[in-house]
Amino acid sequence: MATLKIDIKQEQLKAQEEVKKQGLRVLVCCGTGCMANGSPEVIKKFEALGANVTTLGQYEKMTIVPTGCHGFCEQGVLVLIPQTHTVYVKVKPEDVEEIFESHIKGGKPVERLLYTDPKTNQKVQRSEDINFYAKQTRTALANCGHINAENIDEAIAVRGYEALANILAQNDPDAVIKEILDSGLRGRGGGGFPTGRKWQFTAANRGGKSYVVCNGDEGDPGAFMDRSVMEGDPHKLLEGIAIAAFAIGADEAYIYVRAEYPLAIKRLRRAIKDAEERHFLGEHIMGTDFNLTIHIKEGAGAFVCGEETALMASIEGERGMPRPKPPFPANKGLFGRPTLINNVETLANVPVIMLKGAKWFSSMGTETSKGTKTFALTGEVKNTGLIEVPMGTTLREIVFDIGGGIRNGKKFKAVQIGGPSGGCLTEEHLDLPMDYENLTKAGAMVGSGGLVVMAEDTCIVEVARFFMNFTQHESCGKCVPCREGTKQLLKILQKIVAGKGEMSDIDKLEELAHAVKDGSLCGLGKTAPNPVLSTLKYFKDEYIAHIRDKKCPAGVCTAMKKVVIQPDLCKGCTKCARTCPVGAISGTVKQPHVIDQSKCIKCEACLKGCPFKAIVLE
Amino acid sequence: MTDKKTLMIDGKEVEFTDEPNLLEVIRHAGLNVPTFCYRPDLTQFGACRMCVVEVEYPNGRTMINSSCTMPPECGINVKLNTQRVRRIRKTVLELLLANHDKECLTCEKSGSCELQKYSEEYGIKKIRYPEKPIEEYLPIDDSSPSIVRDPNKCILCGACVRACTEFQGHSVLGFANRGSKTVIQPMAGKPLGQVDCVNCGQCAAVCPTGALTIKTCIDDVWSEINNPEKKTVVQIAPSVRVALGEMFGLKPGENTIGKIYAALRRIGFDFIYDTNFGADMTILEEAHEFVERLTKGENLPLFTSCCPAWVKYLEDQHPDMLSHLSTCSSPMSMQSPVMGKLVPEKLGCTRDDISVIAIMPCTAKKFEIIRSEHSRDGHQDTDHVLTTQELGRMIRAAGIDFDKLEPEQPDSPYAEYTGAGTIFGASGGVAEAAVRTAYKYATGEELKDMDIKELRGTTNRSKSVQLDIKGTKVIVRVVSTLKEAEKAIKEIKDGTANFQMLEVMACPGGCINGGGQPLSYDNSNIKCERAQGLYKEDKELAERRSHDNKSLQKLYDEYLECPGSHKAHELLHTTYIDRFQYSYKNMNQ
Repeated sequence: MATLKIDIKQEQLKAQEEVKKQGLRVLVCCGTGCMANGSPEVIKKFEALGANVTTLGQYEKMTIVPTGCHGFCEQGVLVLIPQTHTVYVKVKPEDVEEIFESHIKGGKPVERLLYTDPKTNQKVQRSEDINFYAKQTRTALANCGHINAENIDEAIAVRGYEALANILAQNDPDAVIKEILDSGLRGRGGGGFPTGRKWQFTAANRGGKSYVVCNGDEGDPGAFMDRSVMEGDPHKLLEGIAIAAFAIGADEAYIYVRAEYPLAIKRLRRAIKDAEERHFLGEHIMGTDFNLTIHIKEGAGAFVCGEETALMASIEGERGMPRPKPPFPANKGLFGRPTLINNVETLANVPVIMLKGAKWFSSMGTETSKGTKTFALTGEVKNTGLIEVPMGTTLREIVFDIGGGIRNGKKFKAVQIGGPSGGCLTEEHLDLPMDYENLTKAGAMVGSGGLVVMAEDTCIVEVARFFMNFTQHESCGKCVPCREGTKQLLKILQKIVAGKGEMSDIDKLEELAHAVKDGSLCGLGKTAPNPVLSTLKYFKDEYIAHIRDKKCPAGVCTAMKKVVIQPDLCKGCTKCARTCPVGAISGTVKQPHVIDQSKCIKCEACLKGCPFKAIVLE
Repeated sequence: MTDKKTLMIDGKEVEFTDEPNLLEVIRHAGLNVPTFCYRPDLTQFGACRMCVVEVEYPNGRTMINSSCTMPPECGINVKLNTQRVRRIRKTVLELLLANHDKECLTCEKSGSCELQKYSEEYGIKKIRYPEKPIEEYLPIDDSSPSIVRDPNKCILCGACVRACTEFQGHSVLGFANRGSKTVIQPMAGKPLGQVDCVNCGQCAAVCPTGALTIKTCIDDVWSEINNPEKKTVVQIAPSVRVALGEMFGLKPGENTIGKIYAALRRIGFDFIYDTNFGADMTILEEAHEFVERLTKGENLPLFTSCCPAWVKYLEDQHPDMLSHLSTCSSPMSMQSPVMGKLVPEKLGCTRDDISVIAIMPCTAKKFEIIRSEHSRDGHQDTDHVLTTQELGRMIRAAGIDFDKLEPEQPDSPYAEYTGAGTIFGASGGVAEAAVRTAYKYATGEELKDMDIKELRGTTNRSKSVQLDIKGTKVIVRVVSTLKEAEKAIKEIKDGTANFQMLEVMACPGGCINGGGQPLSYDNSNIKCERAQGLYKEDKELAERRSHDNKSLQKLYDEYLECPGSHKAHELLHTTYIDRFQYSYKNMNQ
């Protein structure tokens, strides 16, 4: 046992006192989404109103707390008043006065700004009663949206750095690794490798210089789980990194964040500075011999830098190109030294595991996948946002309970899970418990947790093309299967959506996809064909419809559309001919007009303007 | 209990020791797998995916991995040609070909192109993917005097980038862009002729396709030969004799100089001389210069100046160090003006009536001959430089069965040479030869043990030896590759250098491994074999000290007077240019 110079319990009490002094806490979501929706104006309004008020009923004053993402981005700007168990949705700056006068001063909640349950049409005041929140279990995101990310006291008040203090007092790195091993935590960045094993491998090289690298290069389109942690609860991440560094014997760590996350970078920088001032980081942490310097490295926007070896090359100042494995980073990583590289969410789970114990963590989830997982729920679902659910939750619970089902009464078609490296799941998978093994078996992957819901009017071939276009542009260009293979896969998909596909293209796609999967150097190339392979597996008929019948069943692919004038309905008013921007329509007055298909650009201007509804899309 | 390590290759047990990767184990077992990007002297890259193999672990798990990057492990079973593996290789070839300029017949690399070879071996008869449209073709870059860069033939194996970085520490070539738009290009996207390229040609030597090739002058040389008005005078560099035979199926290191003289005569060259003579001349001048500097304590350490890539590097990057460089021209550039002056005198004609051609292992020599310092009276001292590779092709085109040629003698007098001249071709050779003569100049006595073993060997890129010249301690340092040279320069600038002479060759192992030598992608031992060929000849020659070269003594007696004379300076010494303002370093300041 080592004696610490800092009594964390004492610090906690002090911090809680500080928080109590804030009086009535009005939490305003300042995640990137809500900021774009106007949360800075909302805050300004609140502050202007509150400035001259000295007492508010039982509270001496009111404090406006800018927080990280609450998750329910669909309903932003979100305003929470936890002391009165109220959540307001879609708050505009002009609503602030009403909330202040009626609720904060008058004690009467503003009904019209409460969430409306789409099923019952009832207003819901408490977040626990909103389906979107009720079905979630938040561990990594526990504090996101509930604390001011730029105030270290708020983090300490909710047991921040307590786990680190306990570990340093115990001074047994191997015990830390054992706890993580027992918890069953697996990498949340995509691969799902057991985190404790990774720590063990790296710790085996203790003695010399080694590094911890935190992978915050979240590049999947539509994914923002890691960003939310970094923006909403940076101290949890720093604590996780410190625990990992202590366990493997590192004294230097890097957080690799995309430059596209300026807010995350700003808050992390602030958090590192504050933590160093309190001796939670830096030299002689909490008075012990444990030192840790954390650097922030801004990525330059290459998707491939999320691949661990490319990420390390990038930190070293080299072009972000993956390096062959073995050697694995645990033996030879950053600057040729043993390196532990973990994703943001993985590390954010560490402090809570150390606080509550491996048993608690492994009580959640399935046989092989323990704990919870965050997902960025987007697409055609009613409640889009950031969610965290226990591993093994079914797709149905996510899409229909938390997500509230498909928008505008449309039919569910599929979800794309795991971003451009993942695959799609269909109706038959709705009741599949989502864990690493099940998703891989179904041809998808947990990935970093992007979850795009698609409705019946989504063209699946176009979706495959979209993702292939993404990976092709983001391929680093090093290995042939990925660089050239994805290019040819993309060309074939482009040909099919352009209505020029041939039946042999399906076999060609399949064969090439398998070769790219087998032959590529890194994870990007190895998983790039997944969207093609999984859509081919579950929606082959749609490919065939595009190729053989030259039809897009979802009605998305413009090349397959034909705008035609129905001669029996056309009165020859000439409006369409005058509207057409490319002069594709001809005809004489009072005679049915015709569209020259070779000129038509399918803008549908004629269709929208026809007074007789004589123009249709075929 | 032995610690014998074994693994299985296609079910057959194979022993391995300290091979760095599976591919080397496969090769040591007498087998092979195709590869574009693996080069034994460069770091493993794992980009081309041609060398993939299927690896079966004792627990039954199988994986596909590139054999060039995978460390060998006991107990694994490596399958070289499974269906999965073959499918990957065939797909890679098809994908590369779809993106490749397929004008094979008119390609400089036709016949020695690895892409062509593997396409044939793997029976690629049809490319099922749409080909690169003509408007996506990039312009050919022939701005360099030595290298032609055709980006449309580049398969992005990265070997050139690694050669440039790892040998020359220089990164003249690098990757740019992403996805299918990825290219390899000179720094800042400029033409190769406008960047700090030293023309060493190591990039072309490791390029598996026609993307980087040597700028050839074969046609110009044939025109000179077939011009009845002109006499052609040819000289041949030390290291060519132990490498050219490889192009005709002979062993690396086999000394074929007699056959080369014969072949040159069959081709139609009029006067056949040997650069080894020039090498002996260089030693006389350089040893004289060295002893003089040593006595005066000036401009030490002395840098050798035979390597034109090294000279340009110093001019580009460290012009403040140019005073260290020996003012001696290279053997080629000493011999050419001597021949250019004395051959016409003897024939009773003018310089216009002769053409001076040099056969070199080196691409940078093509740059050296166009330097203004090596021109006089409106003539380049050397009219053309042919690389070893180009000579081999001329011999083939002339229909000569090289292997069957009877060895012949060269012409007199500029072909007599000593062992000191011949070892110029290997890293350490110049220094060793210089020491043999400098000892004599400094002490008046002959050096007894002429083999300076410490300076020999091709794998060690930095060597040094301490000599005792009658009580004076002299340390000679030998480096090959500019990366090593840079380290030595740093020592000088830091004040930690302890040596008085620095021999630098830009190519790893020296000229025997020059950028113009016959291509060899998978034999890392070839440098050693070629060097041994030279040291063997040194041992066998009657005279092994440059100052014992009789024809050279005669040349000095009759014309040059003595080493370091005014005449010698006029003909045999040179000056250098500060090129820093054009360098990338300067641009970055």
